[in-house]
Amino acid sequence: MPAISAATLEELRLKARQLRREIITMIYRAGSGHPGGALSVLDILVILYYKVMQIDPHNCRDPQRDRLVLSKGHACPALYAVLADRGFFPAHHLKTLRKLGSILQGHPDMRKTPGVEMSTGSLGQGLSAANGMALAARLEKARRRVYVILGDGEIQEGQIWEAALTAAHYRLDNVIAFLDYNGLQIDGWHRDVKSLAPIVEKWQSFGWHTLEVDGHDYASLLEAIRRAQMNKGAPTMIIAHTIKGKGVSFMENQINWHGRAPNEEEYTRALAELEN
Amino acid sequence: MAEKIATREAYGETLRELGHRLDKIVVLDADLSTSTRTALFAEKFPLRFFNLGISEADMIGTAAGLAASGYIPFVSTFGVFATGRVYDQVRNSVAYTNLNVKIAASHTGLTVGEDGASHQTLEDIALMRVLPNMTVIVPADARQTACAVEAAVEHKGPVYLRLGRSKVPQVIPPGLPFEPGKAQILREGQDLAFVATGIMVGIALQAAEMLDQEGLQAAVINMHTIKPLDRELLAETARKTGAIVTAEEHSIIGGLGGAVAEALAEDYPVPLLRVGVKDVFGESGSPQALLDKFGLTADNLAAAGKRAFQKKKG
Repeated sequence: MPAISAATLEELRLKARQLRREIITMIYRAGSGHPGGALSVLDILVILYYKVMQIDPHNCRDPQRDRLVLSKGHACPALYAVLADRGFFPAHHLKTLRKLGSILQGHPDMRKTPGVEMSTGSLGQGLSAANGMALAARLEKARRRVYVILGDGEIQEGQIWEAALTAAHYRLDNVIAFLDYNGLQIDGWHRDVKSLAPIVEKWQSFGWHTLEVDGHDYASLLEAIRRAQMNKGAPTMIIAHTIKGKGVSFMENQINWHGRAPNEEEYTRALAELEN
Repeated sequence: MAEKIATREAYGETLRELGHRLDKIVVLDADLSTSTRTALFAEKFPLRFFNLGISEADMIGTAAGLAASGYIPFVSTFGVFATGRVYDQVRNSVAYTNLNVKIAASHTGLTVGEDGASHQTLEDIALMRVLPNMTVIVPADARQTACAVEAAVEHKGPVYLRLGRSKVPQVIPPGLPFEPGKAQILREGQDLAFVATGIMVGIALQAAEMLDQEGLQAAVINMHTIKPLDRELLAETARKTGAIVTAEEHSIIGGLGGAVAEALAEDYPVPLLRVGVKDVFGESGSPQALLDKFGLTADNLAAAGKRAFQKKKG
């Protein structure tokens, strides 16, 4: 695998800054939404949608496309920004996030938004759906892969662990999961709310191949994904250490930015920080 | 009387038959394949059968993923676990997405029998019927189950099939066309009408026979599809007979009785009595002992028929 070039890295960083501006703008205009988790998950989406996934935005129902399930659906402004930028739908829709009649719902709706593979939002359900998509690919002997992104607070849901057993039992090596491990959930740090530790050992003991990376480092993410793609006989969980609110200093690691929109002053400050 | 067959048995057999014809059919079960009869499919098509173990929520979600990739998944378990236990998964991953998932519950109502109240769902019709995009079908006998399974495959979108554990007689005449959403007139009558679903259809026919001995002519309608409800035939029946008695092996709240009450109140109000389980849980016992105790009998239906007829007379 060729190492990621410095030029490519710079290109991705610029792209991510642009997308972060769009996320903040979208949520500011909507007057509500979840900036913290959208900013923490964005770099995972960037590496997948710009460097990894086999997709054609102009043929978005191609049966052989790779799939992505954003199980932590509340982070959808990040997905919407990426999908618009990749051409799944015109960027002017971003202005309509959470507004009546919009194709961009408060949580992802596969029937309304081109490129959204699964409706999510009620936490804990995306991994099961991803497994189903992976079983379908296997039945067809197709090489396509299913990527799925889980929130760390989300894995307190029991269904995640049911699905973890399923993916391991059926040896779904075409499932590559990411844990957006930013440490925070609505009521605080999850070590205080309900601990997930030891996180790596948990997934390993459930029969998963595990990798740990810096979830904002493109080279590490890409390497982890390549290793996951080569792994046979078990699903892979990439535990991506991330920062909630990444990229906007006053949002980073601040739980009060889980689910609120910036006011005008905060919006201006955030955009200034995200200037290229 | 012809041979009695459980609707779950007919389901298993039909699924196996359809498996030969349609390679897009896949089947998921949660460790109950012998009871739900999906084992019949599993034996023939092991690669298209997925046992998810005792994880019904995961089963519903996995089925949604398979459906999103073009497959037609049938998921089976007991009614309690196929509806209430996984309500949010059915709501968000199946109904909201309008994915082509068929939920076939093998054990429903009081006739689950000895396992008792924890396993006797009396609220599943209500739970499924309130979900947008969901079709709810309750076949009356084994032959109708075969038709319903085929119709579920034809239909694009989620379907809830309510089946039963116990053997039931064939009550639908062979050759009577089955179309979801189109209720069937099994008996004509002008004094009152029984509108029944599932195993209560056969019992309603017996009740109509009993009333006939007493000079009352009761129509019998098989409302095999609770959603979409055949409001047209219902209103016409109300107009012709002037008194309706619903019959279901389910709570009288929210199920067939609830649906009929809502429709008639808007479309053609006439005296209505609902025979079903009266807002209580079931208990252990043989299926027949339970039907007797909870009043799901031809005698009780006939008595309700007479009361409805009297109410109409004012």
